[in-house]
Amino acid sequence: MTMRKASLIQGNRACTEGALAAGVRFYAGYPITPSTEIAEIMSEELPKLGGKFVQMEDEIAGMACILGAALTGKKVLTASSGPGISLKQEAIGYAAMAEIPCVIVNVQRLGPSTGGPTSSAQGDIMQARWGTHGDHPIIALCPSSVYECFTLTVTAVNFAEKFRTPVYVLLDEIVGHMRENVELPTYEEIKIIDRKKPTCAPKEYKPYKIDESMIPAMADFGTGYKWHVTGLFHDETGFPTGKTDVIDSQLNRLMTKFSKYEDEILLWEENQLEDAEILLVAYGSTARSALDAIETLRNEGIKVGLFRPITIWPFPEKVLRGKLEKLKHIIVPEMNYGQLMLEVERVCKDKVSVSGLFKVNGLPITPDEIIAKVREVL
Amino acid sequence: MKRWEFRLSGSGGQGLITAGIILGEAAVLEGKEVVQSQSYGPEARGGASKAEVIIDTKKIHYPKVVLPDIILAMSQEAAQKYGSEIKENGIIVIDSSMVDDFKHDKVKVLKIPITKLAKDEVGKTFTANIIAIAFLVGLTKVVSFDSLKQAVLNRIPKGTEAMNTKAMEIGWQWSQEKL
Repeated sequence: MTMRKASLIQGNRACTEGALAAGVRFYAGYPITPSTEIAEIMSEELPKLGGKFVQMEDEIAGMACILGAALTGKKVLTASSGPGISLKQEAIGYAAMAEIPCVIVNVQRLGPSTGGPTSSAQGDIMQARWGTHGDHPIIALCPSSVYECFTLTVTAVNFAEKFRTPVYVLLDEIVGHMRENVELPTYEEIKIIDRKKPTCAPKEYKPYKIDESMIPAMADFGTGYKWHVTGLFHDETGFPTGKTDVIDSQLNRLMTKFSKYEDEILLWEENQLEDAEILLVAYGSTARSALDAIETLRNEGIKVGLFRPITIWPFPEKVLRGKLEKLKHIIVPEMNYGQLMLEVERVCKDKVSVSGLFKVNGLPITPDEIIAKVREVL
Repeated sequence: MKRWEFRLSGSGGQGLITAGIILGEAAVLEGKEVVQSQSYGPEARGGASKAEVIIDTKKIHYPKVVLPDIILAMSQEAAQKYGSEIKENGIIVIDSSMVDDFKHDKVKVLKIPITKLAKDEVGKTFTANIIAIAFLVGLTKVVSFDSLKQAVLNRIPKGTEAMNTKAMEIGWQWSQEKL
């Protein structure tokens, strides 16, 4: 299992290998193109490792099912695409509120509604942030390569466990379905994080008692620790409360619980940014087109660079703001009508003008289209 | 080595994505950079389907074919849909047992009865994709015949080695005669 060599691996498969390497031993869901391979492979591999795979009656049941398993101590994953992710939203909010670690892989296809099952898109960026109702914390990671499908799924599982939160891995159809020759890390090379368990006696356990880490210790159901789980606002015992001061402090903590961990959570990549005058902000498969465009434009002496947010949520805004000094313009190419561009604009517009390059017909944004857009703004 | 872009097209169920994976795996055996991708309709069988393979010695960023060097078309629909945009010195390979009518006025078109060869010479229609990929490898030498053979044998079900080896040899021989 630890001996690996370069082989031609699909993005969706790399995602499952990352999940298994990170210790995921429970999967429930309902297969949907273009994420189906993830369910298929998990159904084959989990039983071999003593894990469980459950095909549920629908997507929300799949989401609810992994939350139940997570409460018993399992590391859990589900995967879907747009229509299924929409159905899961109620339970994703429950996971954020009750602080249940879980990973949701969304292999994005063209929406809205059932849209284009086999077409690529990046239209679920804002859904990942605000898909479920109410203010809530969320982490979303966005791989650009098959290798990152592996490593970022490991990271997602680790973040879910450490920060007790739902974490999205946002693939797009291109990254999910393409195959690349990669050498995946061995199990020895991977850092694994497990959730913090209570050290007190079962009788003294308060499931939402907060220490300086901001993240409460989580007991496994069935081990003698009593715990009430609810989507209602709750006090440190886990039982519902209507006290406004408790509600206030709970929501405030939920919304700021990642703040002290930003150095760990915010991931990004830079390419030829030092002297860049034009910056491309691109993610997922679109970042690959941006790299080819940069190579061509640099050969002509045009100073273009790339900022690729890997952590999309929380958005690495302070990092990006620190890169604006020499920039004349920012272009955000994305396979939607400007979902992340709005965020980039919010962060940068007082210093640098921002424009978007949008394509929403199921086809990828090509390097030539990015090159043409750069020439337009020069 | 230059960057090679292959577009393998036909209808769902002909094994073109498998053919693309095998070509990619043969290139991986030779230490090359490979990206394989596909596009297909919602149908499991039928409907135009294409697999793309890019092989290069340097890192591949944009994962889709920009302009193919080689097009394989194994259905009339695919030939019409995908058989026009190609590099100036590209080659279009047509399965003449599946495509009745195809012309391209700028590039070389090779017509091979791939599916008929699979049925008559190998005895199994489903080996057509292997004949096709061996033909393309023979035509381009993008990988060696040995690498292709190893990649095919790594992927096929046990018990089908003899028929797939035969299919590879047929594809290779036709390519050498057409060159």
